[in-house]
Amino acid sequence: MDKFVKEICAIPGGEGIRVCIQCGTCTASCPNAHKMEHTPSQLIAMARAGMREEVLSSNAMWYCLSCYLCTVRCPRGINQTDLMHALECLAVREGLGSGHTHTPIMYRSFSDFVYSIGSVPELGFMTWFYLLTNPLRALRVFPVALSLLRHGRLSFKARRLKPEAERQLRAILERAEALGGMS
Amino acid sequence: MRYYTYFPGCSPSHGGTKAYGWSAQAVSKALDVELIELDDWNCCGSTPSIAVDQLASFCLSTRNLALAEMRGFDLVTPCSACYVILSRTNFYLKQYPQLKTKVSEALAAGDLEYQGTVRVRHLLDVFVNDIGYDEISSKVKRNLGGLKVAPYYGCQVVRPRFGFDHPEFPQSLDRLVDSLGAEPVFFPLKTRCCGGSLIISEEALALDLIRKLLDCALSNGAECLVAVCPLCQTNLDAYQSRVNKKFKTNFNLPVLFFTQLMGLAFGLSDEDLGLKTNIVSSKEVLAQCL
Repeated sequence: MDKFVKEICAIPGGEGIRVCIQCGTCTASCPNAHKMEHTPSQLIAMARAGMREEVLSSNAMWYCLSCYLCTVRCPRGINQTDLMHALECLAVREGLGSGHTHTPIMYRSFSDFVYSIGSVPELGFMTWFYLLTNPLRALRVFPVALSLLRHGRLSFKARRLKPEAERQLRAILERAEALGGMS
Repeated sequence: MRYYTYFPGCSPSHGGTKAYGWSAQAVSKALDVELIELDDWNCCGSTPSIAVDQLASFCLSTRNLALAEMRGFDLVTPCSACYVILSRTNFYLKQYPQLKTKVSEALAAGDLEYQGTVRVRHLLDVFVNDIGYDEISSKVKRNLGGLKVAPYYGCQVVRPRFGFDHPEFPQSLDRLVDSLGAEPVFFPLKTRCCGGSLIISEEALALDLIRKLLDCALSNGAECLVAVCPLCQTNLDAYQSRVNKKFKTNFNLPVLFFTQLMGLAFGLSDEDLGLKTNIVSSKEVLAQCL
């Protein structure tokens, strides 16, 4: 079997790639397929053809909304949604965040908070995301932020775990990192 | 009294949807349900953490599951994202022994162990299946006068498959709305995506999905929507003005948490339900029936 397919199969949910029959049900079900450089079923075909770099540098998986429509409709029982996430992880590991969408940076900004304090303060996360991408874009959503603030929905304080719980979480995540990921 | 371990999720706990957390607690109390918050739970990691580092993401969820296991009750969350992530971890740990070994090893660094016995539930599932429609109906004190409600499930409360409702054409929320004395309208897009967190990174795309949902609800006669997820509610409510601006539309549809609608029917106060925090005001719509 091709090395790339093996890599994908090592991630839970990724192994479904072996049994795809290219019926296209996932693509037909996807609300975002039209935005993707390669549709979900194309992505599978490309991965099986060993087109590692083309697949991992594609913007396709970053448009996945995790709505799981493809997953519940797949006649082969492939967990297509988790397959997309498997591809995202491999792209991140390679440092191949797609240049065509800000979603990888948004996911990164969110995860940075989770890994460091175990919770996600929405305001901090949004600010961090806009700083890392294009602070000017923040101006467009300023009215939304303002209305959230007016309705008491913008929190300035982050929820913090007790220090011992935060230490416990960090110890677990550090050990996970030392274990070197899934494969 | 029924007891559950409660996993509020970041947004209903300390973020932008505290009203969901308040109303969930208030309604539970009225139904003799006690939601006991899990001490020092951490963020489930949601979709972003799965896309960045899978093993870390499984460890985040498993820490919560391990803490909940010590309590012995079902783990209940009002958030569909938390629900899907925690359920997924439970499922994968059983399915993949290699994954289980690695996660157990990481958890040991925090002196934790997870046997795999926790049942993860969505609050909607608990209300309709453990309490039941008749019991809910018996608590109704205020006549909602057939308020026309679009029951919006979103994706992750029914998909992938959790068994408590159909993954594409669910009925539980429709029946719940009905048991409250309101009228669930035909809403064919009820399990279509609201755009999720892509509202932040790909706003135009998400706004289009939100527009379709609002349009579908309105054209089927809905006076408001109910949501069962903090992110769905935020997208449909807080970004409704952005939709109007972008598509030159005129939507003014209140989006309530399903617990807020329950609370209204139960006669609970506006303060208990945090109705003032909803961006699109529900005052006008509710004035007709209260």
